[in-house]
Amino acid sequence: MDHKRYFFEKFGVTERLLERCLGEALSAGGDYADLYFESVAATSLGLDESIVKSASQGVSAGCGVRVVSGERTGYAYTDDLSADRLLRAARTAALIASGPAKQPVQGFTETSTPSLYPAPAADLDTDLSAKLDLVTRADHAARRYDRRITQVRASYADELRRILIAASDGTYACDTQPLARMSVFVLAKDGERTARGTSGGGGRVEIGYFTGAKGPEFFATEAARTAVLQLGAVAAPAGEMEVVLGPGWPGVLLHEAVGHGLEADFNRKKTSAFAGLIGRPVASSKVTVVDNGRMPSRRGSLNVDDEGSATQETVLIENGVLKGYLSDKLSARLMGIPSTGNGRRESYQQIPMPRMTNTYMLAGEDSPEDILRSVKRGLYAVNFGGGQVDITNGKFVFSASEAYLIEDGKVTAPVRDATLIGNGPEALKHVSMVGNDLALDEGIGTCGKDGQSVPVGVGMPTVKLDRMTVGGTGR
Amino acid sequence: MTSAVVSAIRLTQLAVDIVSRALRAGASDAEVTIREGDEFSTTVRLGEVETLKESGSRGVGLRVLLQADKGYRVASTSSSDFTPEGIDHLVRGAVALAQVASADPFAGLGESAEFGQLSGDLALYHDDVYSLPTEERIAWARRAEAAALAVDTRLVNSDGASFDAATGRRVFANSRGFVGEYQSSYCSIAVSPIAQSASGEMQRDYWWSQARAFRDLESPESVGQEAARRTLRMLDARRVPTQQAPVVFAPEVARGLVSAVFDAAAGDAVYRGASILAGKIGETVAAPSVTIVDDGTIPGGFGTSPFDAEGLPSRRTVIVENGVLRSYVLNVYAARKLGLKSTGNAGRGLAGNPFLDAGNLFLQAGTQSADEIIAGVERGLYVTRLMGQGVNLVTGDYSRGAMGLWIENGQFVYPVQEVTIAGNLMDMLRNTTAIGSDLVFRSAIAAPTLRIDGMTIAGE
Repeated sequence: MDHKRYFFEKFGVTERLLERCLGEALSAGGDYADLYFESVAATSLGLDESIVKSASQGVSAGCGVRVVSGERTGYAYTDDLSADRLLRAARTAALIASGPAKQPVQGFTETSTPSLYPAPAADLDTDLSAKLDLVTRADHAARRYDRRITQVRASYADELRRILIAASDGTYACDTQPLARMSVFVLAKDGERTARGTSGGGGRVEIGYFTGAKGPEFFATEAARTAVLQLGAVAAPAGEMEVVLGPGWPGVLLHEAVGHGLEADFNRKKTSAFAGLIGRPVASSKVTVVDNGRMPSRRGSLNVDDEGSATQETVLIENGVLKGYLSDKLSARLMGIPSTGNGRRESYQQIPMPRMTNTYMLAGEDSPEDILRSVKRGLYAVNFGGGQVDITNGKFVFSASEAYLIEDGKVTAPVRDATLIGNGPEALKHVSMVGNDLALDEGIGTCGKDGQSVPVGVGMPTVKLDRMTVGGTGR
Repeated sequence: MTSAVVSAIRLTQLAVDIVSRALRAGASDAEVTIREGDEFSTTVRLGEVETLKESGSRGVGLRVLLQADKGYRVASTSSSDFTPEGIDHLVRGAVALAQVASADPFAGLGESAEFGQLSGDLALYHDDVYSLPTEERIAWARRAEAAALAVDTRLVNSDGASFDAATGRRVFANSRGFVGEYQSSYCSIAVSPIAQSASGEMQRDYWWSQARAFRDLESPESVGQEAARRTLRMLDARRVPTQQAPVVFAPEVARGLVSAVFDAAAGDAVYRGASILAGKIGETVAAPSVTIVDDGTIPGGFGTSPFDAEGLPSRRTVIVENGVLRSYVLNVYAARKLGLKSTGNAGRGLAGNPFLDAGNLFLQAGTQSADEIIAGVERGLYVTRLMGQGVNLVTGDYSRGAMGLWIENGQFVYPVQEVTIAGNLMDMLRNTTAIGSDLVFRSAIAAPTLRIDGMTIAGE
């Protein structure tokens, strides 16, 4: 079956039904209406204490109907895709407006999309032997790494999400989005000391991705290495100091410090610390940050966003100057700016809003060695857990899970978990060196906003910040 | 019969039917969970309606166990498709999937004698949450926001106010004869005003009220005024120098510490050795004034249920009593791994193995008022908001971003932001030197004001 015909063939949706639902949605007026059909099939397999304790598969499908009238949004959804229920959802969403009926645009124009990732034909894999092999190999590799590894949990999870969007402005788009992730969690024990290590990766890929350099052995060894390293970690320092962030996942700094603050909804409402700063310096001139939804196979990538708009590369900060926001259709219309294809939602049960895709800083010219050598006393953080930001006062945190002291230009002792804190519109002004080693993360990021989670990517070269506050307990 | 009764009978029959279908398809044991729910939400911003959302959905999950030489092979499936064809896929899929799982000697349902449910009305469902017409719900959100913005001219903007209501039904049946079903309801109002100082600096905070019955919701005006008070007091916040000082946790952030203790006492972390509380039953782990209880039986509680996700009756478990670790929190699997009995703390999603879930979890109130605790601090930080993930349960390392008010000689002197507080969870529990009398259940997890000494504040 042509994957673009999925909802037509599996659920009996017709173009005529789409038009009827949109007509019903605008029956009380409104500026815009859209339908978002979604079907998700997910599989997960977990190896724990060297046995497969869990195997699960799930399927869900539904449709969300949205009506926008000025700044107002009406929303209703159904998990029953019959014509009756779809029309009822459309009538419920229509309650937001109160005026004469409007007519949707006649005929749909399909959004032209790239093919950034594979579009598998089957919803669910019935043969799980290859996935089983991955988690088993991860378990072996982690235990082989060091005799102090006492616990290993390895999991493989994938999903296939199919979407169809039809809107009253004539937008029509379909996409089939694979997403796979492998995760490894280990514990290392040495006498009284216990430490954990985690690792993982993936993207909009199929199982073949997890071979060679990205095989289960790589992720297992990474998790085991971190845990063993943490066994000997000293207290993290406390206070303001020079901080060097390693390449890749530490790019979560950008996601928290500037990314969220540049989502258009917050700026339309002027609730962001970045509101009104377009054209103004918000970072050192060495800093250029982009959001790019069009990177092949990346976790944060999308052929088309959840409103049927084409995704793109958007420059957020160019040579330190704030250039633009990430927008969805609503904020683009209300602010009179172009949609950047960043309208995303967790599922058919949710209203879309501006979200990041893959957010990263472009490479600079410094060598990572020179950057570390330039630090007298500071912190070198190479891996992080998640982060959080208060977009209104701009304060953000992110938690280092692998970090070292830097003493006289040399990387010395590993330190225990610590949170780093800064102020979004100021933090990047302290960037004094930018490495030539841009890397993207391994593909594990999930971003939460207003209770909705979506997969994202981040990236960064090695970067030196002249000051940042490190939340440890030591000196 | 009312439609609610019809729905309960229909879904219960469906659950029982799926269990027997799974057994016929080759499962040795089976568990079925069905969830059905409706939600309404509206947000208002600067007096205007921003969103209006109304819908319902349902889902079914099946977990099957296949007897093997040693233990069971376990797998699960879930679906939103309730057609006969969909249910057939669910059943066949689960049984096929279990073939790839390993035989687990500790897997299995509970013992027959363990199953059961609390009797009597637990006051979890009140249909008055939907009693207001839509226009009135919008008006409630509007009133909350208006009350907040009217407090002070520095409240110049708003992130909006909301009114939410939801009802849900949960059905659980297993192949050992357990069948149970209950309804619950919920409604809430919340408001998030934004204040701006003369320098242009902005602060946002929020306040909320939630209840199982609409009649128990606090007035929109009181919620709005409290949100305004909390937001205004943060204007012109500054950083403080890096130092060691006492930290006073306001109730809304003290909850997080109680939650961390629950996670550390959770059986799955314990049997893996992945918790600082593993192996410490009977040992002193906190100050003698600290008692932490999980109680899933409190009528009307946000964390109350007649039975847990494995069909065991909810119960009251004292986790820490006068500073001594008394009990882990367990589901059937973790209990079997540790040679103990389940404490009825199983939770689960539609698919996957049961995990551990709290009921109404709280730290027992002390005798001092919050004002008295603050008055007793010479120099320290009163924390009202925390950011970031917080605590590593394997090592106990705790480090989070914090906002709040600086205390000098027992008085608040200025707001503080962009600092971190750090310590070790075990030290923090032992160094809990004051416990407030202000225990209020605003959600399923609650704590009074707590003073903790010896933490490191990192700032300038």
